[in-house]
Amino acid sequence: MNLPLDNPARSSEDRPPRILGPVGQRIRRCRDTLMSKQSALLSPKCGANITETRLSVKGSGVRTIERFDIRGRFLLGLAAILLAGCGEAPWNDPYPANDATGNRVYSSFAERPKHLDPARSYSADEYAFLAQIYEPPLQYHFLLRPYRLVPLTALEVPEPAYFDIDGNPLPQDAPAESIHRSDYLIRIQPGIRYQPHPAFAADESGDYRYHALTAGDLRGINQLGDFEQTGTRELTAEDYVHQIKRLAAPWTHSPIAGVMQKHILGFEEYAQSLAEMTETDPLQRVARLRDSEIAGVEVVDPYSYRIGVKGKYPQFAYWLAMPFFAPMPWEAEVFYAQPGLRERNIMLDWYPVGTGPFMLGENNPNLRMVLERNSNFRGEAYPSEGMPGDAESGILADAGRPMPFIEEAIYSLEKENIPRWNKFLQGFYDSSGIASDAFDQAVQIDAGGEPVLTDAMRERGISLLTSVEPSVMYMGFNMLDPVIGGDSERARLLRRAIAIAVDFEEFISIFTNGRGLVAQGPIPPGIFGYREGEAGINPFVYEWVDGRAVRRSLDEARVLMEQAGYPGGRDQATGRALTINYEAIATGPDDRARLNWIRKQFAKLGIELVIRSTDYNRFQEKIRNGTGQVFMWGWNADYPDPENFLFLLYGPNGKVEHQGENASNYANPEFDRLFNAMRFMDDGPERQAAIDRMVEIARTDAPWLWGFNPKAFSLHHRWMYNASPNQMANNTLKYRRVDPEMRETLRRDWNPPILWPLWAIGGLLLVIILPALWLVWRRERSTAL
Amino acid sequence: MTAYIIRRLIYAIPILIGVNLITFVLFFVVNAPDDMARMHLGEKRVTEEAIQTWKQEHGYDRPLLYNPDASGLGRFTETIFFEKSIRLFVFDFGSSDNGRDIGYDISQRMWPSLAIAIPVLLVGLSFNISYALFIVFFRATYVDIGSVVLLVAMMSISGLFYIIGGQFLLGKLFHLVPISGYDTGVEAWKFLILPVIVGVIGGIGAGTRWYRTLFLEEISKDYVRTARAKGLSERRVLFRHVLQNALIPILTGVVVVLPLLFMGSLISESFFGIPGLGSYTIDAINSQDFAIVRSMVFLGAVLYIVGLILTDISYTLVDPRVRLQP
Repeated sequence: MNLPLDNPARSSEDRPPRILGPVGQRIRRCRDTLMSKQSALLSPKCGANITETRLSVKGSGVRTIERFDIRGRFLLGLAAILLAGCGEAPWNDPYPANDATGNRVYSSFAERPKHLDPARSYSADEYAFLAQIYEPPLQYHFLLRPYRLVPLTALEVPEPAYFDIDGNPLPQDAPAESIHRSDYLIRIQPGIRYQPHPAFAADESGDYRYHALTAGDLRGINQLGDFEQTGTRELTAEDYVHQIKRLAAPWTHSPIAGVMQKHILGFEEYAQSLAEMTETDPLQRVARLRDSEIAGVEVVDPYSYRIGVKGKYPQFAYWLAMPFFAPMPWEAEVFYAQPGLRERNIMLDWYPVGTGPFMLGENNPNLRMVLERNSNFRGEAYPSEGMPGDAESGILADAGRPMPFIEEAIYSLEKENIPRWNKFLQGFYDSSGIASDAFDQAVQIDAGGEPVLTDAMRERGISLLTSVEPSVMYMGFNMLDPVIGGDSERARLLRRAIAIAVDFEEFISIFTNGRGLVAQGPIPPGIFGYREGEAGINPFVYEWVDGRAVRRSLDEARVLMEQAGYPGGRDQATGRALTINYEAIATGPDDRARLNWIRKQFAKLGIELVIRSTDYNRFQEKIRNGTGQVFMWGWNADYPDPENFLFLLYGPNGKVEHQGENASNYANPEFDRLFNAMRFMDDGPERQAAIDRMVEIARTDAPWLWGFNPKAFSLHHRWMYNASPNQMANNTLKYRRVDPEMRETLRRDWNPPILWPLWAIGGLLLVIILPALWLVWRRERSTAL
Repeated sequence: MTAYIIRRLIYAIPILIGVNLITFVLFFVVNAPDDMARMHLGEKRVTEEAIQTWKQEHGYDRPLLYNPDASGLGRFTETIFFEKSIRLFVFDFGSSDNGRDIGYDISQRMWPSLAIAIPVLLVGLSFNISYALFIVFFRATYVDIGSVVLLVAMMSISGLFYIIGGQFLLGKLFHLVPISGYDTGVEAWKFLILPVIVGVIGGIGAGTRWYRTLFLEEISKDYVRTARAKGLSERRVLFRHVLQNALIPILTGVVVVLPLLFMGSLISESFFGIPGLGSYTIDAINSQDFAIVRSMVFLGAVLYIVGLILTDISYTLVDPRVRLQP
């Protein structure tokens, strides 16, 4: 996905999750809390204090929970404070007291999810929830690298079957040009069941209990949890096919509908037929989906379905690991489509229905999101295969054990970095990313240039995990621009000179706390095609000296400027200073330092950089229209394949002409030809050679300054187990294990209430008020002069 | 009085139309319907066709203010402005661009805002008035001078400083209250302590200075001299006479904000993680959800007008000389 520079990339641990639960659950939780406090009052843990507290409560006439009035609540709260001072839950604990020893994960989220419909959602923040609930057929292996697809609900990763234009089968090594159609037969595991949900509830006669709701039925229904009955059923292949139909439906607004039109056979025609449908009633729309078929997608039997793909498209398997291809039971669509539910905010985009290890227990994105263990989950074994060193690190200790290990995950809304970071340090969040302003507190760079934890973090037993993200933050040149763009040698030399001058090592050091690797090309580390060491450097910007890449000198850049016709940054023909416009997304004062830094980089060559700050909407508009000259943007991989990066430079993917993702509008015939060949190849020497040549072409033409690949840093408390950086998998909650007893003990140790300030303030007030009262008293009794 | 109130309510209609129009123009100057569609559909792989479908389904495919293709009144009614605005006048806020019912969300989120705003108002008002009277009691002494210096210093400090400082001291250093968060029911109290303390302290500087000025102005009037001449104590003069006569300007400041307490605080709610209407509005602006923005601005305008009417009514209660004429 596109990454605006102003949105710092977050680690998966930094993604905040949260909930909004059914009213009934909240009431239950409050009642449990009250009951636990009553029990605390009656337990003789605090000696003299408890006696006084009891007397106070008794004196207030609070004898039963039924008579628990406002005054009683106040006194009980006061009593709870006193009890807290006796070594119970910390005063600053943001969770209910009875939560302390629960087998839960505590985390946070900063942005409320916009969509929880797997056909619509396309955001990492939303995937933090969706991926735990919905199960597409495939997933990424938790530990193995490079990233590898493994079955999730499927029995195996499907191997495509190839056919020519006449429908004759072709061998696996058939040339891509001869392949007219690829068939993916996906076989799913039998016995998988959906989470408990009212959409499946049936009455005595077997009819769906809530599929014909009347206004009377909806009386008293405000949230999904208000439905009394739930049911379930087995997952079938038809559910996967139904979801693919939903991707095509215009009213679903799936962001990948356009992409799938290009790849799935019959998808475009099917979408067109749905677009012509005049019926707007949601129930009619669902009926239409159920009654119609996509030509290229078929249900083979209850446990297998086939997807026909146009030509050869090896990357299609990666799509099968994304929530877009998760199953959707038609019962859920019918249930949510009924009149009256949408008005109550009960809709599919808000209440997911899945087969995964967790289900959304509370969905209150204004406050908290809670994922509860799905009682119908089939169980899945923790992986027993890892990378060298994994066994020694202990991350394979749970190998073969059924997942998930936790009962619940609580995600609290936390919009600001400071409280989020402090609550992590206090032990109220199990894991955290590291905001820039807290970086020095958490991490220091050792003599070898490696990030290590500070003493304060080590003393708390916090661990640090780092990994390079499959992302690139680059500075792009608009290749349609007559000055900075184009295929002329003059423009090419100018771009190469700028590439030397803009010191991204410094940028990473100043603006990302060193959390990044300077990119040498479009492909980040960990993706096939990336080359390390001397073979991987960009020779136009770096040279290999003493075993490391060293940026070429500014003198070389100035020579290039002279060759380009801009000696000293002045146009040789006109004598005027070369002026270039930089399109910036500036939203706050922090941006000023970054923009000043960029201006100085260009000034090294005598280039006058004009910063054109705007909001993100206008920025995108300029890029779409091709009116900018230089800009900085980013890309986060959908899947770990070089095609997903190199297509950002593919000519027919140009932003201006084709509305694609090639924001630089770069086009090179040889590059495009190689791309068309490379995209169909299997990983191997031939593909590597093609990629090497493409990277070389791109480096020569320099449509981008390659920028950097961000590094994700995440911190984990000692009671959190099985945390491993996996930048492609989103369904990692099921692997987590916690030690709740250790967490509770450490929370208490770390957060003892410090009471002397209260006494000090009380004393200070007395020191101020008593003399003041005395002064008033004396003044009132003084005689007039 | 009834006729007066009716007249004021009628006056409110053009004001609300104007507020709505200004909000509409300002919003769409920054966010075109295409931008809104892109924001909701995601930035990646969005096709022009998908944008047009989204706009059509959400009613953003019409002209903004004037429809030249329509005839008669339709030129004004078949527009985004008319169709999105007219229902507000019957308090039908409709659905957000995400499909959620705005009225329901407002009804849920006003309570956390009120849970902070009411204690802050009451405690702050009591403290500020008491402190201002105390200063006035010792006017032109070192107590007065020292207090004014302190108040000016307090009002010069950013509200954000109080928030971060409060979180640091009470939450992080002394472990007395949660740094941020919220809960429903009786669990909410522990999350309200810190925002209320911060809100009260943050308001002392400006509030006390304002009341001090009011009381000082009042204390130089003839009736005060008469009261003293009668032999009343200074304390009685201040609390029985000066305070009562200074109530009109105090009410002006207080009653007018009463309805607006629903609207919450933008910064506090964000830093303390309070799910109130302030953070609701900020979220809507960030996500370019015009349906929520226009609803919140409309609601704010209505509440402000209600506050002004309540202020006028309150004058008649505290000052028998005031009569509301239609």
